[in-house]
Amino acid sequence: MDFVNAIILLLNYIFIPALTYGSQLALGAIFVTLIYGILRFANFATGDMMSFGTMATILFTWYFQSLGVSLGVLPTALLAIPFGIIFMILYMLLIDKFVFKYYRHQKSPPVQFAMVSIGVMFVTQAVVRIIIGPGDRRFFDGEKFIIKAREFKEMTGLNEGLALKSTQVLTIFVTIVLVSLLFWFLNRTKTGKSMKAYSDNEDLALLSGIDPKKIVLVTWVIAGILATIGGALYGLDKSFKPFTYFNNMLPIFAAAIVGGIGNPFGAFLGGYVIAFSEILLTYAYKKFFMYVLPESMEPNSLVQLLSTDYKFAVSFSILVIVLIYRPSGIFKGKVL
Amino acid sequence: MRKNLNVIAAYSIMMVLILMVGIFQSWNIALSIFNLCLISAVMTMGANIQWGYAGLINFGIMGYTALGGLAAVLISVDPVQEAWRAGGFDILMSLWLIVVMVLVIRFILKRFKKSKIRTYSIVAIIISGILLIRFSAEPGIEAIEAVDPAKTGFLGGFGLPIIFSWIVGALFAGGLAFIVGKVALGLRADYLAIATLLISEIVIAIIKHEDWLTRGVKNVIGLKRPAPYEVDLQTTDWFIKLVEKFNSGKLSVIENLADRQAALNQLVIEGSSVFVKLCYSGLFLVVVIILLILTQKALYSPWGRMMRAIRDNEEAANAMGKNVVKQHLLIFILGSAIVGIAGAMLVTQDGLFTPGSYRPMRYTFLIWVMVIVGGSGNNFGAILGGFVVWFLWIEAAPISLFLINFFTAGIPETNALKAHLIESVPYFRFLLMGLGLLFIMRYRPKGILPEKIEIK
Repeated sequence: MDFVNAIILLLNYIFIPALTYGSQLALGAIFVTLIYGILRFANFATGDMMSFGTMATILFTWYFQSLGVSLGVLPTALLAIPFGIIFMILYMLLIDKFVFKYYRHQKSPPVQFAMVSIGVMFVTQAVVRIIIGPGDRRFFDGEKFIIKAREFKEMTGLNEGLALKSTQVLTIFVTIVLVSLLFWFLNRTKTGKSMKAYSDNEDLALLSGIDPKKIVLVTWVIAGILATIGGALYGLDKSFKPFTYFNNMLPIFAAAIVGGIGNPFGAFLGGYVIAFSEILLTYAYKKFFMYVLPESMEPNSLVQLLSTDYKFAVSFSILVIVLIYRPSGIFKGKVL
Repeated sequence: MRKNLNVIAAYSIMMVLILMVGIFQSWNIALSIFNLCLISAVMTMGANIQWGYAGLINFGIMGYTALGGLAAVLISVDPVQEAWRAGGFDILMSLWLIVVMVLVIRFILKRFKKSKIRTYSIVAIIISGILLIRFSAEPGIEAIEAVDPAKTGFLGGFGLPIIFSWIVGALFAGGLAFIVGKVALGLRADYLAIATLLISEIVIAIIKHEDWLTRGVKNVIGLKRPAPYEVDLQTTDWFIKLVEKFNSGKLSVIENLADRQAALNQLVIEGSSVFVKLCYSGLFLVVVIILLILTQKALYSPWGRMMRAIRDNEEAANAMGKNVVKQHLLIFILGSAIVGIAGAMLVTQDGLFTPGSYRPMRYTFLIWVMVIVGGSGNNFGAILGGFVVWFLWIEAAPISLFLINFFTAGIPETNALKAHLIESVPYFRFLLMGLGLLFIMRYRPKGILPEKIEIK
């Protein structure tokens, strides 16, 4: 029985939160990787673009709520996400037209692109804060829990409860669907394949008649979908605050690079690598050992490898180590 | 003279702007803007050395700034004897362990050939070392943090004048830059940017959460000052006389003696804070001028020529026998050290150290905007960038408030949109910075004062 308790404990505090957080990171990381692979620059406006998409979703959610539209047990935001995506894509295309296009035609070095994306970051940050303000926003409605900790305890008679939030299930489910669709698109359709070709060798792709304008357009559309859904899921699960989104850019970058930048599948896995290592290294295992070990060997400290304050530092350290020893990432992306 | 006309013009416009703030808002605001402009100028000079001279991209400016600030704390705060007694020994032991660990790893790296066993043993040493250090330091850290946590709860510093920290801050930042440079300089430009950004976040995380060293988010307040205190000045005779002299015209108009005394008191209070700020301005100006002379000399020396050669064509410079890796590391350290000085200056001016306030927006990206806007590769441009961008950063809110009121003059005050816009005035500075950066990058990619190399 103790053993089952220990498993439930790990499931509740490590596995499910890490899987959720990892999915949110993975969506962002694929966004970064796509932009990097096809448009060839590190987009420092990633976090803020995600917050823009989330903001649009929130505004539509409020609008629907004021109309009295709801999805019952599911959050209204799900209904608003498609509209948020449309706004996000429009915003991205606008920025591309007025900012990035010029440098693409100039064939500027990636550093210049990165600088320009910092300008975009400032502007997006301002836009988001002017429209919705810098404060914390919750826009979740509907049923909060699928399984409550107390109910679970009563049901199974275990000491440890297992709480399953609906946002967690939603996040994981949506991520799996979205990522499968994306990989199907990239690997099976003609447009997806031409995107891959463009990413591998631009000149060769152009020679074989691939239209670069179309590639760029499709990339931004996919990026908009990923950014909005990733951001909205994060906001539903936690809460929406522009500054947090800006900060999330860093673990997202870490995920993309760890997975091998330019490689969407690597970025997808990289998100989970980062999430799991963050949570595994900062979790206090005391209770777990109390269940598993006999009473005489129980630890008296927290058995925590690193304090939770260093959560971000863990993912950054992983990134730095990967950059030094395996610069192409764990799953072989572009060689730096 | 003629070829420097644009430099002189740009600087005079900047000075006129600051003077206008002094006249229309207040001299206090003008001077605090001016002081922070000077500090920003030092930071931009550091970033400019790395980016403008050598083409190295460093997004870790925040980390070096914070280290400089930490130096100010460690130098100027009086040592907390009790804390040293409580846990000093454990901390020293751990430090010693770290040194031993580094030495052992160096020894292994030198002695044995590259192999899987070597890599694994090094990893094992690092992991066991970290565990050992955690174990040995923990009781000490707890003891230190328990010493009067509301006031101290940390080891304190050396109790020296805070001015010394400007040098120590440079050393700290340079030391960190040495490690970062060794690790990350081989990366391609945009990866170097990301790596340095993340490393600076790690530095901030450590400063924020190692309470025994820095007091963490509890902040250190009331640091010593290199300038006199306002309260002391207000009771000093010569200062009151000075204020009287300066304002004799204004005072002589007032007939009533009591009124005149009250007016004088008010002027003395205002004057004292202006005077303190002037003291800081003087100190900062000295630093800026010294650094400017040094960097200009370096730029036009054979070394500066070599750096530009490396920046413009690494392979060619390498083929000519220049050690590119070593020079990159050197310039990375130098630039970061200058940023460290700025960090110490900043804390000196504020008189407090708040680890929670170090955010990449303010301390990394804003500095980069300054470098790009001012003109990379040109020291005068970098300093000007620091001035212009900081000035706009501060004055953006009043300017945009004015513009909003101007354009919505026909709309009543109660209009929701107008109220919302006025409420979000502080965020227009981000918009201004972003647009400024984008426009400069597009239409004047070399900055306001572009790099100009003349062969003498």
